[in-house]
Amino acid sequence: MSDKTKSGISRRTLLKGSAITAGFLGTTAVTGFPAVHADEPITLRYLSTATNQSPAIAAKAKEITGINIEYVTVTTDDVTKRIITQPDSFDLVDTEYFSLRNLIPSGNFQAIDAKKVKLVDKLATAITKGEIDGKKIGDQGTAPHKVMYLEKQRGKEFAKEQTEWITLIPTTYNADTLGIRPDLIKRPIESWAELLNPEFKGKTSILNIPSIGIMDAAMVNEALGTVKYGDKGNMTKEEIDKTIATLIEAKKAGQFRAFWSDFNESVNLMASGETVIQSMWSPAVTAVRLKGIPCTFQPLKEGYRAWASGFGLPKTLKGKKLDAAYEFINWFLDGWAGAYLNRQGYYAAVLDTAQQSMEPYEWAFWMEGKPAEKDILGPDGGLLEKAGSIRDGGSYNTRMGAVACWNSIMDENAYMIQKWNEFIAA
Amino acid sequence: MLEMKSRWAPYWQAAPLAIVFLIFFVLPLLVTLAVSFWTYTGYSIEPAFVGDNYATAFDKCLASLPDLCTTFRTYLSTLKFCLMVWLITLVLGFTIAYFLVFEIKSNNMRLILALVTTIPFWTSNVIRMISWIPLLGRNGVVNQWLMGVGLTSEPLDWLLYSNFSVVLALVHLNTVFMIVPILNSMSRIDKSLVEAAYDTGASGWQTLWNVIIPLSKTGIAIGSIFVITVVMGDFISIGLMGGQQIASAGKVIESQINALQFPIAAANAVVLLAIVLMIIWTLLRFVDIRKEL
Repeated sequence: MSDKTKSGISRRTLLKGSAITAGFLGTTAVTGFPAVHADEPITLRYLSTATNQSPAIAAKAKEITGINIEYVTVTTDDVTKRIITQPDSFDLVDTEYFSLRNLIPSGNFQAIDAKKVKLVDKLATAITKGEIDGKKIGDQGTAPHKVMYLEKQRGKEFAKEQTEWITLIPTTYNADTLGIRPDLIKRPIESWAELLNPEFKGKTSILNIPSIGIMDAAMVNEALGTVKYGDKGNMTKEEIDKTIATLIEAKKAGQFRAFWSDFNESVNLMASGETVIQSMWSPAVTAVRLKGIPCTFQPLKEGYRAWASGFGLPKTLKGKKLDAAYEFINWFLDGWAGAYLNRQGYYAAVLDTAQQSMEPYEWAFWMEGKPAEKDILGPDGGLLEKAGSIRDGGSYNTRMGAVACWNSIMDENAYMIQKWNEFIAA
Repeated sequence: MLEMKSRWAPYWQAAPLAIVFLIFFVLPLLVTLAVSFWTYTGYSIEPAFVGDNYATAFDKCLASLPDLCTTFRTYLSTLKFCLMVWLITLVLGFTIAYFLVFEIKSNNMRLILALVTTIPFWTSNVIRMISWIPLLGRNGVVNQWLMGVGLTSEPLDWLLYSNFSVVLALVHLNTVFMIVPILNSMSRIDKSLVEAAYDTGASGWQTLWNVIIPLSKTGIAIGSIFVITVVMGDFISIGLMGGQQIASAGKVIESQINALQFPIAAANAVVLLAIVLMIIWTLLRFVDIRKEL
């Protein structure tokens, strides 16, 4: 008995001791370390998906501007989630325009002051106005120009006209289509309808990110003529029902090999030959090709599904960090980064400065759709295309000019997610 | 005074763990429960007390009977995997544990072999899952071998992205959870009991059925709880091995969270929790774990 008591006491003494230690540590943490010295370089926490991040860009930014870029890497859905639930956990975010319909009403952004962005007038018109060389391009879905401007800096309403308050300054954008294995299909593919062609039964895939997958499904359904849409980017409940019904029918017939939700999964499916035609993103096509396996980002007659991503600022950013964010954005638009992104197969926000930072033969290949005069190297120096080859889909004007719809968040988003889950469970 | 101290000692000793549980388990669970009654928009969740999220979770479930609604189908599919994986891991786990306890005579060898069963955990879950593809895929090792020896002329598609591959992966992952607790119970069985059974004329099967299994019941129950809870909540293995074409309760919750529909995800989480608790409660009807520990 006394033994027990003793041990009880000693344990309690120990607890007391650790409580004191904990208290002490706690106090230190609360007091905090002395404020960062004013002359030390500023670090910006840059939140985005892996697609938009590159150590080379961060290193160059550091060299030119002295700003440290600390990448915070998460998935597409998690970027949105972080902005809504932890708006203080980053200083600069690179996110997709389509999520703005959820982000702006949350009030966690401050609009970017156009007067502080030097090249604001040079931003690509495909993004700012939804046109190229004065010609309108497809704007179904959340086309960037619809959500690019706010009425006031802390506003929650999108402006119909251009204003000086910009939600996101574009970083990259592209036109997506289906990826195919030409060596296994051995015939021309011209329409989105081929995704559900029974000829490829058990060898197709669609991406399992509902907000993007539904758009690919809509392109397919429209091509097949099974569903007529008012606006593919903002479907009615009835349109959603019909779209999902076709998908379920195809799934039950064994049309799909698998679904993917991660860039690497799509590369694996295609490279291993599990699929021969599927939803895909352009860097994934490049990744398959770098393995020496033929893969085409196939242009289709119905057009492309486009997306765009851009820089946004959290509402709490101020002082030196805010200045640094503007400085970094200005540097980003200045050409070096734009050229880097163009060489990855994306498009830069300011085309003029990107052109100045690229060799004429590179520009001709990537942007003008001309046969490569010399071997085309990737941004890391690896061989991407041999001399003489042509970019899938051709020039900037041809590709972006053929955009049919943009990634979007629909009014019926909640219903769409519910139906999508039904499709996965079918 | 001494009496008082000793009476309170166990409580003090249990307090740290209890506090950890309270903060990191009970509290989040209560928050989840509360949020499951809230309302939401695309970008916010609002405190409220509505049953809408549960109504959505079971949307048209009664109206569409005898056809199963999405939720019922999802749970049925998850339960089916649960049952199959449980049965297979039970047989495998029991056999392996039996072998280790009764057939291996050297203690060192037993230890080494027991550690060997943990090999699947040497790499991360995701890498382990992905490595099945070059093995079972259309152009994978197994298919190439089958065609090489002339057993099949075309690659077998059902080896990957099918119910088969999901069960295979889940068994591969979870057998060790069955082995360890059964091994633990079995090694405590007094060997003289087994000898006594043989001496009184019991056959090998009779000994197994009447002596060893009843005395391993606690281990079997604990192993079953591990396997069932893991499989019920799994969505990564089912997703990757099923080519994301097979629904699971976890995946439904994940896609709702990704769409920022936290309250409805919370409602589904509560439903899942309730189902798992019911299964475990049923299990505990058969075995009193506390009594036999």
